[in-house]
Amino acid sequence: MNTLQKKLNDKKENLLTIYFTAGYPQLNDTGTIIKELEASGVDIVEVGMPFSDPVADGPTIQKSNLQALHNGMSIKKLFEQLKEIKNEVTIPILLMGYINPVWKFGVENFMEACNKNGVSGLILPDIPLDEFVKDYQPLYKKYDLSNVFLITPQTGSERIKAYDEACNGFIYMVSSASTTGANKAVDEEKQVAYFSRVKELGLKNPRQIGFNIKDKASFDRACQYANGGIIGSAFIKKLGEEGDLKRKVREFVEGIR
Amino acid sequence: MDKTNNKGRNPKSPIGDLGVTPPLGGWGVNSLGYYGEFGGAFIPEMLQPNVDALRACYREIIDSPEFKQEFINLLKNYVGRPSPLYFAKRLSGHYNTKIFLKREDLNHTGSHKVNNTIGQILLAKMMGKNRIIAETGAGQHGVATATVCALMNLECIVYMGSTDMERQLPNVKRMEMLGAKVIPAESGNKTLKDATNEALRDWINNPEDTYYLIGSVVGPHPYPDIVAKFQSIISEEMGWQLDEQIGRTSPDYILACVGGGSNAAGAFYHYLENKTVKLIGVEASGLGTLSGETAASIACGEVGFIHGSKTLLMQDGDGQITEPYSISAGLDYPGIGPIHSHLFETGRATYIDATDKEALDAAFLLTRLEGIIPALESAHALAGLEKMKFNPDDVVVVNLSGRGDKDMEAYIKNL
Ligand SMILES: Cc1ncc(COP(=O)(O)O)c(C=O)c1O
Repeated sequence: MNTLQKKLNDKKENLLTIYFTAGYPQLNDTGTIIKELEASGVDIVEVGMPFSDPVADGPTIQKSNLQALHNGMSIKKLFEQLKEIKNEVTIPILLMGYINPVWKFGVENFMEACNKNGVSGLILPDIPLDEFVKDYQPLYKKYDLSNVFLITPQTGSERIKAYDEACNGFIYMVSSASTTGANKAVDEEKQVAYFSRVKELGLKNPRQIGFNIKDKASFDRACQYANGGIIGSAFIKKLGEEGDLKRKVREFVEGIR
Repeated sequence: MDKTNNKGRNPKSPIGDLGVTPPLGGWGVNSLGYYGEFGGAFIPEMLQPNVDALRACYREIIDSPEFKQEFINLLKNYVGRPSPLYFAKRLSGHYNTKIFLKREDLNHTGSHKVNNTIGQILLAKMMGKNRIIAETGAGQHGVATATVCALMNLECIVYMGSTDMERQLPNVKRMEMLGAKVIPAESGNKTLKDATNEALRDWINNPEDTYYLIGSVVGPHPYPDIVAKFQSIISEEMGWQLDEQIGRTSPDYILACVGGGSNAAGAFYHYLENKTVKLIGVEASGLGTLSGETAASIACGEVGFIHGSKTLLMQDGDGQITEPYSISAGLDYPGIGPIHSHLFETGRATYIDATDKEALDAAFLLTRLEGIIPALESAHALAGLEKMKFNPDDVVVVNLSGRGDKDMEAYIKNL
């Protein structure tokens, strides 16, 4: 069992997962932010690997991606940063990103480096399920990595079950059809119907709700319908503000819990 | 007569019977959307339901009699097909060979792009979609999309890099006049790649009523297949037009410019199985393939993933996609359709490149010799002539993908 699976096993509700982009706001902030998130009581951290063309992301995360790349961030650099803090943190770390930089790094090299540097799971949303099962799943096994799949309100129940079958982490429920941080008005009735529909499927994996979770109210709502919530853009906005880095992290988490 | 093409043509029909055309043989897409090792659909779940829906119905719709009838009617009476195959006598004299120009520039809206937008708008309508989004580089695909949306009375939103909006202003105004909303893409180099990112984001945010009308043989499966099929009308006509004019159905060479690769895919399509026809794609190398300011994705690219497709693309050592450059907005794209990656890897087609300067020279040459002002994109295909060695008896078809009206500013600067 990797650290993510242990966490999900031990804690079944109110899981708080925070996403941020590696190398943002400053190149070497990655480790500090992870440590401070753990110290503030966050359950899981998702570290975004910046990409030049983040198609599924809204303006906030696009900007953090570009800034991080501008700062000199890369996958290689990220593994160096993770190695440094490996013995200081126990919080489960997931890496999230687009396939191209991972491919370029070399898929197996990448997984091996994840395993060596304290990463327990991956979210690579642009790998389709059939390709995952065929080409990637054996490597996830070999390097003891969990995988997380995204589903949306448009994902049919059969497909959700297929994802659940291939998943050994959690199911990432995208809250409404949107890019990250979209902040658009949602039809609450429809959303509740979606949350309930998925809940009633009785999936074997825990569920977390993400996209547009931005404050205490939206986080609490996520926890009502799932095992936890994932916050990204709102946290990145906070990181982009003036002020002491550790204090910003602490203040943000205190505002949610 | 060789056996490779236009078997199903009714010689009385000015355009062939699309749909009975041979499906590319071994060069076509397999059931998972791959051309050899390239293609596929590497997209997040947010796009999956829309792409799945399209995948489930596109073949059936395209092969249905209602679709075919309407498609052929519009290509003939609205677009003005067949586009002429013109024997360019003076240009032939200049290169001491036999050069024919496939005149896609004479299509309604001024380029080959309209072949695809007519097809896809009918597809969208039959799928019950009422909001159309598109990306555009040169603005030709945007104009062609805005045109068919006006024709079908559908809402039209076109994403265009703000750099491209500046250099192709007349096309921006045309789209607006046609009733489209043009939204500037402000990320990256603010060109075609960025416009495509924005269009994909729009589709993620509007998963129910929206149809994404892609402009080239790029994107996730089934788009490359859809666009190639609609553009295949180019090589279908080429076959019987050559037959009528010189009594043979296949040329020795076909040259086409390659941005995403749709006009080239259409010009090659019916000849893919006929190895006697040499297929030449011409990429835009901007200031040169070694300059770092280039859009030659095959010459400078490596295998990777862009806009949902596994293909050759320009990237740095960390797998970040590099910003392309070309004087021609329509070729200013860091990737290439997966069909071309496959044709390149297998050696079935050859890819060469032309710089900004070479394309400009070729455009001026054609203008003076034949009285035809080509689009800057098509000028790259013409520049390819300069780099080839032909025999006097060779039959060479250059796909003249578009006209130069939109590029007058660049031409005036270089007069
Ligand atoms: C006239 C013309 N030719 C060629 C292209 C390049 O596209 P493709 O490579 O898909 O044919 C464009 C794109 O805008 C164009 O306008």
